[in-house]
Amino acid sequence: MKRTTKALSDATSETAQLGQLEPGVTLQERYLVLALQGAGGMSSVYRARDLHFPNVTKAVAVKEMINMATDPTMHDMIVRNFEREADLLATLSHPAIPRIYDYFTHENNSYLVMEFIDGKDLEALLREIEGALAEDQVVNWAIELCDVLFYLHNHKPQPVIFRDVKPSNIMVDNHGSIRLIDFGIARNFQPGQKGTMIGTDGYAPPEQYRGEASPAGDLYALGATLHHLLTRKDPRAEPPFSFSERPIRKLNQSVSTETEAVINTALAYDPQDRFSSAEAMKSALMAAAKETGILVSPRTATTAIRPRNEVQEVWSFECEDEIRGSPLVAKGVVYVGCYDNNLYALNAETGEFLWKFATEGGIVAKPCSDGELVYVASEDTRLYAVSAERGALAWTYYSAGPIRSSPVISEGHIFFGSDDARLHVVNMFNGSAAWKQEVAGPIRSTPLISGDRVYFGCESSDLYCYDFKSEMKWRFGKAKRAITSSPILIEGMLYFGCKDWSLYAVEAEAGWQIWKFRMGQPTISSPVFAENRIYIGSGDGRIYAVEAKSGREIWHHQTEHQVNGSPIIFEDSVYCGSVDNSMYCLDMRSGRLRWQFQTGGPITGTPTVANNRLYFGSHDHRVYALLT
Amino acid sequence: MTFLQRIFGRGQSAVQSPDRIETAPLDPSTIEGAALSDRILVGASQSTGVERAHNEDALFSLIGSSSGEAAVPDFGLFVVADGMGGHRSGEVASAISVRAVAQRLAKDTLLRLFESDDFLDGQPLQDQVRKALQEANNSVVSRVPGGGTTLTAALMLGNQMTIGHVGDSRAYALTNGQAKVLTRDHSLVKRLEELGQLTEAEAATHPQRNVLYKAIGQGANLEVDVFTHPVPRNGFLLICSDGLWGVVPEAEILRIAWSSEHPQAACDELVRAANSAGGPDNITVIMVYFPPA
Repeated sequence: MKRTTKALSDATSETAQLGQLEPGVTLQERYLVLALQGAGGMSSVYRARDLHFPNVTKAVAVKEMINMATDPTMHDMIVRNFEREADLLATLSHPAIPRIYDYFTHENNSYLVMEFIDGKDLEALLREIEGALAEDQVVNWAIELCDVLFYLHNHKPQPVIFRDVKPSNIMVDNHGSIRLIDFGIARNFQPGQKGTMIGTDGYAPPEQYRGEASPAGDLYALGATLHHLLTRKDPRAEPPFSFSERPIRKLNQSVSTETEAVINTALAYDPQDRFSSAEAMKSALMAAAKETGILVSPRTATTAIRPRNEVQEVWSFECEDEIRGSPLVAKGVVYVGCYDNNLYALNAETGEFLWKFATEGGIVAKPCSDGELVYVASEDTRLYAVSAERGALAWTYYSAGPIRSSPVISEGHIFFGSDDARLHVVNMFNGSAAWKQEVAGPIRSTPLISGDRVYFGCESSDLYCYDFKSEMKWRFGKAKRAITSSPILIEGMLYFGCKDWSLYAVEAEAGWQIWKFRMGQPTISSPVFAENRIYIGSGDGRIYAVEAKSGREIWHHQTEHQVNGSPIIFEDSVYCGSVDNSMYCLDMRSGRLRWQFQTGGPITGTPTVANNRLYFGSHDHRVYALLT
Repeated sequence: MTFLQRIFGRGQSAVQSPDRIETAPLDPSTIEGAALSDRILVGASQSTGVERAHNEDALFSLIGSSSGEAAVPDFGLFVVADGMGGHRSGEVASAISVRAVAQRLAKDTLLRLFESDDFLDGQPLQDQVRKALQEANNSVVSRVPGGGTTLTAALMLGNQMTIGHVGDSRAYALTNGQAKVLTRDHSLVKRLEELGQLTEAEAATHPQRNVLYKAIGQGANLEVDVFTHPVPRNGFLLICSDGLWGVVPEAEILRIAWSSEHPQAACDELVRAANSAGGPDNITVIMVYFPPA
């Protein structure tokens, strides 16, 4: 196969074949080889001593090009390339570019004698330190690099395109100054000239793969280098040209938006969209540095402008205590339970009070309804069936513990869990018990019924799958904390959150764990699915979008407090409340904030959408209806 | 086939049968979409192709199917690898990678199915698949410097298959007359295509279409694509090297899949089609039929 892989360069595997000089060898009776500095591709670099200076130790770098070509044309081409590098370097004069002293050919090898730079390249530096490099340090280097690129790009008679900007080609010398090394592939630039693909994957601009080299390409590679230094994400291990999928501030929030914006411009896919010159990029970096105080210390205080309540409130209704749970909207009526022990029925259009039904405990569970009756579960241990029209009691069912699990209707029965550690299944017409299933702990998760199976989470940290014959099909016991979150079932897979900080994907037939996504805090939020993604909130204050098939994070949106409620999807928006008192509306695909609506208390329930209105309750005692 | 036959056969062996298997003729009367069987059926076929002297591809296929009270669920493991690198390092890389993945997943995952209680306490399946590919990567890095390979592995358990993937071999789901590519090619041209820089047609003929940006054996830290997909009910899982998908059009693949009596016949026919079209590269095909639920 002719296939070549353009991946991480693996220099060490080749060096065994290269004819290396032993320390102690003298070249041209002048350069005493001291040590091998580095090797890669077809060349090696040695540290050597110039013996023309007998009284001082003058260190030089000797670059040896090993010519292994057997084909004479190829052989000559390699020598020509080498001499071109030497000639080119000899014409350059810039403090960031190493000086050239000499070049010669000996047997089959050619040598270039250069200024020895005592320092470290940025790739080595990055390897040595923990965490990302400091922004101010990186920005200062970037400004120096723009200077040297500007010098090269304006070189006369022809501009020089470096073509291989990357951390390992940039050294920081012992004075802390930047030096650009390895001009092996830099060449005189003639506009429009096509060449073969050279360069280092990950840093090289897209157009370089078409054989085009331009100043804008060097700026892209500089942008890629800065991205790597600030995020520690090696672009050689990522798909090419995927920087926009790894925003700098997502990986390193300490970087300023200003610096990030400059780097993003340098990394634009289309060369036209990048800076017009290295000079322009330098100006942008300086402007950003001034803005963020990297160059000038007193920071100018600017108030962050956030999108505010761009959403219209249709009505709100005040109850007598906190609303912690979720409303149900059915046939133009909003039903919502409250910690004042009442179930409220409100006109969905106007918010007008219709009736209330008093239980003897707080209500956190979401009611359900078949149109005729509304079923509401209370912390007073009971499930009530009341008429949808007037709230008149039809029947009562007693469990042995507070009920926090939301009842669901299926197959003529109501399914719900209770803190009495049982799953209860109740005949929906007369309230008689049809089945009680005892498990290892309280059930606060909402049961999911599919086919002849019921799935539910348990505070014991188990997720159960029973069939209607009350036979346990499987139990998922790999979670480490309570599963309060309610499972959802998509294409044979169950997804649910857990207080062990994880979102799980489990195969529904047999309970095999497929993947686990770790968040920053425990979650009791229930997931929702749309367009191949799972959305879920977490105690770490974030709303996450995770790819369903792989468990990879697509985006997250940070709120200012825990997200205990569950998100819903309507059209292309995610709606989710937070304990920071706000209801959030996010763009489903990007996670960008569309609007944020502030209430007077935490929002811990799940909103619901009906008739283009968004309904939810808040701990400020109110039920809200907003225009979506 | 002898060495001489291969040399002199080059270019004129327009219709070459696959290396290993004699095939049954097509039954044209087979109706599209008809259920082949109520069991899972598997076929696999491989050919060096017309233009190449060596086969650098490797494949592994295993199916477990049982019935009866408390039967172990159906399981399977299907792996295709397409090696690269000079001095035979390509074929070594693909061979040891396939072996490493098969060994790891058979031992740590499939055999544990028979110890049912223990099984659920294992690592997430995606982590097991990811580790298997990373182990294969480590073996190639240490044992075959300069060699590399693509690798696409599907671990099927019950109704789901978890796929680990690096490189430009492909997994397809063939259902309802459609071929859906499940994997993402880690090739330069695919990336340019994703970015809208090349059309699919331009990518198919691009001189650098063989350039990969990710492969097994190309560095210590390999990031593997791992995802889970429902098995294609009343359809096929197809895993193949670019010697097939780069040569035989999708419509032809679909036609052959649905007009063959058995996936084995389909695999042989697909290999023959690739060779008829010039056989520019090694060809490896695994095809699994899944009955309707």
